[in-house]
Amino acid sequence: MSDQDVLNIINLVYVVAAALFIYGMAGLRKPSTARRGNRIAAAGMLIAIVATLFNREIVDYKFIIPAIIVGGVVGAWLARSVPMTGMPQMVAIFNATGGAASAIVALAALIQLDQAGADIDVDTAVTVALGIAIGAVTLTGSLIAAGKLQGTINQNPVLLPGRNVLSAGVAVLTLGLGVLLVAFPDTLPIAIGLIAAGLVLGLLLSIPIGGADMPVLVALFNSYSGLAAAATGFAIDNNLLIIAGSLVGASGLILTNIMCRAMNRSLANVMFAGFGQSGAVVTDGEERPYRTVNAEDAATLLAYAQSVVFVTGYGLAVAQAQHELRKLGDLMEGNGAAVRYGIHPVAGRMPGHMNVLLAEADVPYDQLLDLEDTNRDLGNTEVVLVVGANDVVNPQARTNPQSPIYGMPILNVDEAQSVIVMKRSMASGFSGIDNDLFYMDQTSMLFGDALASLRSLVTEVGEILEDA
Amino acid sequence: MTEALITSLTIFVLATFVGYYVITKIPPTLHTPLMSGTNAISGIVILGALVVGGASTDTGSEILAIIAVALASVNVFGGFLVTERMLRMFRRGGDQKS
Repeated sequence: MSDQDVLNIINLVYVVAAALFIYGMAGLRKPSTARRGNRIAAAGMLIAIVATLFNREIVDYKFIIPAIIVGGVVGAWLARSVPMTGMPQMVAIFNATGGAASAIVALAALIQLDQAGADIDVDTAVTVALGIAIGAVTLTGSLIAAGKLQGTINQNPVLLPGRNVLSAGVAVLTLGLGVLLVAFPDTLPIAIGLIAAGLVLGLLLSIPIGGADMPVLVALFNSYSGLAAAATGFAIDNNLLIIAGSLVGASGLILTNIMCRAMNRSLANVMFAGFGQSGAVVTDGEERPYRTVNAEDAATLLAYAQSVVFVTGYGLAVAQAQHELRKLGDLMEGNGAAVRYGIHPVAGRMPGHMNVLLAEADVPYDQLLDLEDTNRDLGNTEVVLVVGANDVVNPQARTNPQSPIYGMPILNVDEAQSVIVMKRSMASGFSGIDNDLFYMDQTSMLFGDALASLRSLVTEVGEILEDA
Repeated sequence: MTEALITSLTIFVLATFVGYYVITKIPPTLHTPLMSGTNAISGIVILGALVVGGASTDTGSEILAIIAVALASVNVFGGFLVTERMLRMFRRGGDQKS
């Protein structure tokens, strides 16, 4: 068999692999087909890798196999040991490794072409430059995001003076070096410079972004890691890289868009506006009265309710209280109540994060409702229990055009008959503003640590239902 | 513009559209597994690393490519495994937890 024959077979296998990726991803449309879909996509990856190993150009296997094993073991270990609360950081780290890999492959391909003395045409040079640049930005940007999510790096946005000018400057520098590389593709120092500029740019883009805006950033870099792979695919003429990279790129962009719309802020606003210092509440000075309630009273309200919605935010996960909440839900369900969880798209630190945390706590997925479905039900709901969520239930988003959160889609919990808000104190949420919900007639505040409060609720509700 | 580039561009455009239509059907509840799953798929760059690493004649690019193989392997194995782990947790009401 000639070299070309082998190559043709490999490319045919790539077509099958691409189909498996697409069909596999499509399986994520429903939880019932999702696991199978993931395995189908994995099968696609397997046949692509195995087929590639038959490429006649590969002469030296002695380093490749150990490298795969080392990477595989590290990846598998990470996959098994990371807690679900750490999922966003994990995804960020994977984004980083993906970006790094794409940049390195592009660079290595360039060096190889240079060494071989080959003529590097413009197309290849441009796509190499793109692969290097996007990969580098993704690497540092994602590492910073991971650090912020983990809490290793300060969650508050680091707002350097003149930061937007600095970022713009570095962006222009990156662009300039990219163009320079295309003009002089055999000049290694330019490529190194491009990497450095990309790395700095990634850093500068991530640092000013606050902890709760991270979902947008992680989704964006998810997209970039795909685009970097696609660019590298253009550079080394590998169609599967282009297809897979585009799939991932599109997916990340769609998620980024969903996040931004869910916060009613443009991507530019999230990236550059320096939003999100937590701290003192911004009020107009007036003290408004609010109702406080203790666990026993709250339990009474809950125990007799026939329809309840739990609205949860990241605070639930921070307090590790998801399991207690699910126990409460089970108790109420046992009493014949309809229990649902209303999940705002930006709850948690990553798209869909809240759902995974609740699934882990054994909440059945048909109880997890998205924004539209929840809002449809809220008018008929007797009790809403809000745990660790704030801005996403603030009616000001509907009623107050001056509010920074105005226009943001929210869960209209004020439409329910009664609302119990569990919070540590009256301090503000991410946006720094006061929440009108707290002062409404149907609302009671249950202060305290979420886990402790929920434990009390579970005990109290349990007792009431036993006696009933 | 070469013919190969135009073909690649065609594939890119088509793939992006396919990606759009497939991904927009995925419900918010599965967005986290979607991100980890697509992360695994972005490990596809391992194919490029394998070819560059295995065909290299100079040590520089060979070392770089081998590093890329390791990094991409982290993505591939880690990504698919963590997605499987997450998806295992999603059960319907009334199902026994497996």
